[in-house]
Order: sequence, then C-alpha cells, then structure tokens
Amino acid sequence: MRPVYMVSGGVSKFAKARPDATFQKIVKESFDYAMNDVPKLKHSMIDGSVVSYFSDHFTRQLMAGIMAVDYLGLCPKPNKRIEGGGATGGLCFQAGWEAVASGRMNVCAAFGFETMSHVPTWKGNEFIALASDVNFDYPVGGFYSGYYAMMVNRHMHEFGTTVEQLAMVSVKNHMNAYGNPYAQKRRKLTIADVRNSAMVAYPLTLLDICVMSDGAATCILADEETAFKLTDHPVKITGVGTGTDMMRMSDRPHGEVLLAPNEKKSDYGNLKYPGVHSFRAGRSAGLQAYRMAGITDPLKQIDFVELHDAYTSSEIQTYEDLALCKYGDGGKFVEAGYPFMPQIDYGMKLPKKGTLPVNPSGGLIACGHPVGATGLMQAVFAFWQIQGSIKKHYGSPELQLKKANRGLIHSHAGTGTYVTVSIMERGW
Amino acid sequence: MAKKNQVKRPAASSKFEELMTGTTVFNVPLPADLKTLKGMSPIVIRQPYNIDYIHSYGQDSPFFAGLSNKKLLGTKCPKCDYTWATPRLACTRCGGETDWVELPQTGRVHTFTTCYFGGEEFLKETPFHLVLVEFDGVDTLFLSRLLGPEQPEDIKIGMKIKAKFRRNSQLKPTDVYFVPAE
Repeated sequence: MRPVYMVSGGVSKFAKARPDATFQKIVKESFDYAMNDVPKLKHSMIDGSVVSYFSDHFTRQLMAGIMAVDYLGLCPKPNKRIEGGGATGGLCFQAGWEAVASGRMNVCAAFGFETMSHVPTWKGNEFIALASDVNFDYPVGGFYSGYYAMMVNRHMHEFGTTVEQLAMVSVKNHMNAYGNPYAQKRRKLTIADVRNSAMVAYPLTLLDICVMSDGAATCILADEETAFKLTDHPVKITGVGTGTDMMRMSDRPHGEVLLAPNEKKSDYGNLKYPGVHSFRAGRSAGLQAYRMAGITDPLKQIDFVELHDAYTSSEIQTYEDLALCKYGDGGKFVEAGYPFMPQIDYGMKLPKKGTLPVNPSGGLIACGHPVGATGLMQAVFAFWQIQGSIKKHYGSPELQLKKANRGLIHSHAGTGTYVTVSIMERGW
Repeated sequence: MAKKNQVKRPAASSKFEELMTGTTVFNVPLPADLKTLKGMSPIVIRQPYNIDYIHSYGQDSPFFAGLSNKKLLGTKCPKCDYTWATPRLACTRCGGETDWVELPQTGRVHTFTTCYFGGEEFLKETPFHLVLVEFDGVDTLFLSRLLGPEQPEDIKIGMKIKAKFRRNSQLKPTDVYFVPAE
C-alpha cells in the first residue's frame, strides 16, 4: 500500500433546501471549491473518482452518481458509487483512499451529496426508516429517532447518563457552528433550550437531533509524490478502519467488550457488550484505525475529532467506542468539558475544557446531515483544521485550534451498522 | 375582554401548514432577454410516486403464520443452542440452520421510547411506545409496541410485560403487542 494524502477539499453551503440547483450543480460547487484551492491541480490530472449518495428515494433518480460524474467532466475515467447508510460519505472517503493506496490512481476525487428537501420531513423520516429490517422493524413504527432513543435509554440505565449531559453536546456543537459559515444551524443555546424544545422520541428533543439537509462535499486525494507537487501542506491519511454490526438492534450480542489498548478486562466487570447501549462497529473501526496509525492512547495522541453526532446521544456513545474514555463515562466526559473548544465561551463552567475538542465544525447537529456528503464534509473540515487554514475558509480564525496535527473523522450508519474511522495528520 | 376562570382553549395557529397540493399551470412567463435567465427562480413541481410491492416474507413467513395463530415464534440453533427472539433461519454464530421454537409470552422491558413524531406512515399513530423485549432463556431481543402506560415516565426498564395479539391478523409484526403484566 502507498501512503495517501488529501490535497484539497470543498463543500457547498449546507441548507434546508436548495431548490435553485439540482444535485449535479451542488456537487460541482463543492468540486470547484476544491479545485480552486489547489491551482496546480489540473482537471486532466484526476485519474478517476468515487461518488456517494445514500438514498435513491430522495433523488428519485437511479444512477445519480454517474450524472454527477458527467456534470464534472470526469468521463470516461473510472468511477463507482459508494453507499452505506449514514456512513456513506465516510465509506466514499475510504474508497478514494483505496484507489490511491492500491496504485490504481495517483489522483482520485471523492465526492458525495444528498438532496433531502425533495420530500417533506416526515416522508424523509419514512425513507430513512426503510434502512431498518422491513419484515420485523420498520412496520412496528419505523423511526430512527425512536431507535436511537431506545439505545440511549438503555445507556442511561446501565451507566447513569443524564439528559442534561446530552443537552451539553447540543449546546457545544451549535455554538461551535456559530463560527462556521457553511453550517446550516448557527445558534447560541442553553441546556434549558434543548430540554424545552419539542419532545421527538423520549428523551430526545428536537435539539438533540440533526436535521434534513441539501449539500455536497468533495475531497481530492493523491499519492505522496503528486501531493507534494500540488501543495506544500498536504494532510496524510495514516489510519483507516471500518466496522459493521447487525441491522436489527434486537440481534446484537450481549458479550464481552472489545478492549482498546488502554483498557483491561477488569475495567468492565459484568457489562454485557455491546447490547443496545454501545456501537460495536464504532469500536471495531476505531481499533483498526488506531493500530494502523500507531495510536495507543487516543485521548493524548489525537488533537481533535469530527464525529457523527446525528444524535447528541450517539456523540456520547461514540466517545466511548473511540476509547476517548471508558464505556459508561461518556456523559461524564462531556460534563467535565473535554470535548469543548478551549477558545469558545459556552456560558457554562467546564473544569477540563478543551482537552480534546469534538466537532469543532459544529458536527451534523449544526452543520446539517446531507447523508452522502456528511462523511466527506467531516474530512474537509478536518483537513482545513490540520492545514491551519480555517481563517481562509471560514473567514475568521475563531474555530482554528492551536494544536491540530492529528485529527480523527468518524462516519456512522443506522444504529451502528457501518462505522468508518479515518486518521488524518499533518503531512509536511 | 378576557375574564378570570375562563376555560382554557387551544391557541389559534401562528403558521400555515405546508401543503403538498397546488394549482395546475400550463404556462409560465419567459423574459425576452435570455441574459436574465440565470437569475430566474426555480420551477418546483409536484411529482407523485406510488408503488405496491409484491413483498414476500420468504423464510421468515412462519413467524407471521405464528402471529395469526397467537403464537410468538423464534428460532434456535441446534448446534450452539443460541435462541433468537427475532427469528433468523441462519445462525450467525456458527453458520448452522436454526429450528423454529415457541417463545414465552411474558418478558421484560429491556429498553423503550415514546415516539411523538415518526415516519409519515406512522405519524397518525403518535404518540406510541416502542420496546425491546427480553425473554428468560432467549439470547436476543424483540422489537414491539407497548400499550397501556400513558406516559414514558410510567414505563420502567425491567418491568414485566405480556404479549397480546390482534384478533384479526394483519400479517404484520404489529399483530403482536405488549401490555404491562402486573
């Protein structure tokens, strides 16, 4: 395998609805952004591409992938569509990595999109719920917020996690997004605002849950030689991991914890794992990526994380899967202030504020979740953070972390069925 | 004038509901100057899409036959003894083929939620409770509705619940639902 670098990235402005453009044009906005950011990269140097979108139902257009590819002028070069629920974008990023790592391409464009505004919100929820077993689960009352609510109720039962801890994640991510001009929702909130918003699926409120979005993102990946020809500041992808789990939550085993290098069996007593309180796929993906990147103590060895916070609860569960803290300590992790940004005022007292910022971009909850773009959007925001180019791209240095040499991006599909983790590092 | 002790009435809505109906239009204006077209606002139309699928429950069919006969069926692996509350014919632990077994009709709430919104198909049924049911001697869980408790605060993890069946089977997993056992 060859080392792979990210040399550029671009996003469209995420919005509730983009009736002014079809998906092809939205993808081109993100692609042009990425191309313009590396002037030395000529269109002819791109050897091929990978494209991702989640749902044919939202587009009501089969083979939308090739239509994005032809709009970008990338025919007749290689391309394929990547799909895996909520993790679609993360899987696409890794498919681009594979294309370059294998030597098949020197330069690969990975882009993804979703146009969710084409149906009303509750029809959109129905489409998304079709990503659950249609024999046994969907007909019982298919609703993803309900599935995640059941998971967090069990998490609260096992570990004592509180709704206020969940709300802190929402406050943090919405506040971070305040400085991100590409984010869909930029709001200053309090814990009380989150708890007083409409109850969607007990105990998750409207502000615990991400929204439907229209948007696209593009990442340009290259081999080492090409990367350094194109830019002085390429970002190296040093670890990739992909985990899976059974579609039906009811089928998940109740066995032993998959231990991280910084954990031991005695840490967990009789905890039944993963049950429905934890994402085994997230732990599996994290361990693979850590092994590849040589990470043994993630809390100390990673500078920031962009993770899949479709729900505030899944952000807390993911801290644990990624071994940023022990299983069960996710609520305390946010309460102590670890995942907040050191330079932002959140209007609350946080003893360990900013030790390992999580979702400095604002995450899915605030940026939006145009599914096929989301995992790639995280890569773009992480890329800018590591390059130190936040001021250039956001128009303000407010969200730039002082130390951002190594970041982790995490993409997650329906109740933890597919999870990708990729490690990105300063490459120069 | 508002008076004291007035009966509380619902407030008038402050927002029109978004409608999916519209007006039939056969023509729209086009400016003579084509240079202005890139500033034109988008044309948005309604595009219906309805399908009836011919859906087979396939190897899962006996489960639905069980429900219509007021039996809850799971599967058990004869090789590794693992019992699946939500049936599957292939044991994912050893790769063997499982056998159909009858499950107990009483269990406990493993976890739950109350849905106040939902996918469009279920929106009219909200609010409703979802539960994952655990059974003694069974290794996996079962997703169902819980009827009876009014509020989520009335549901406790670990509480005993029992299966009830619709009299007229719909051949859907909601032919069975659960109610508090005591």
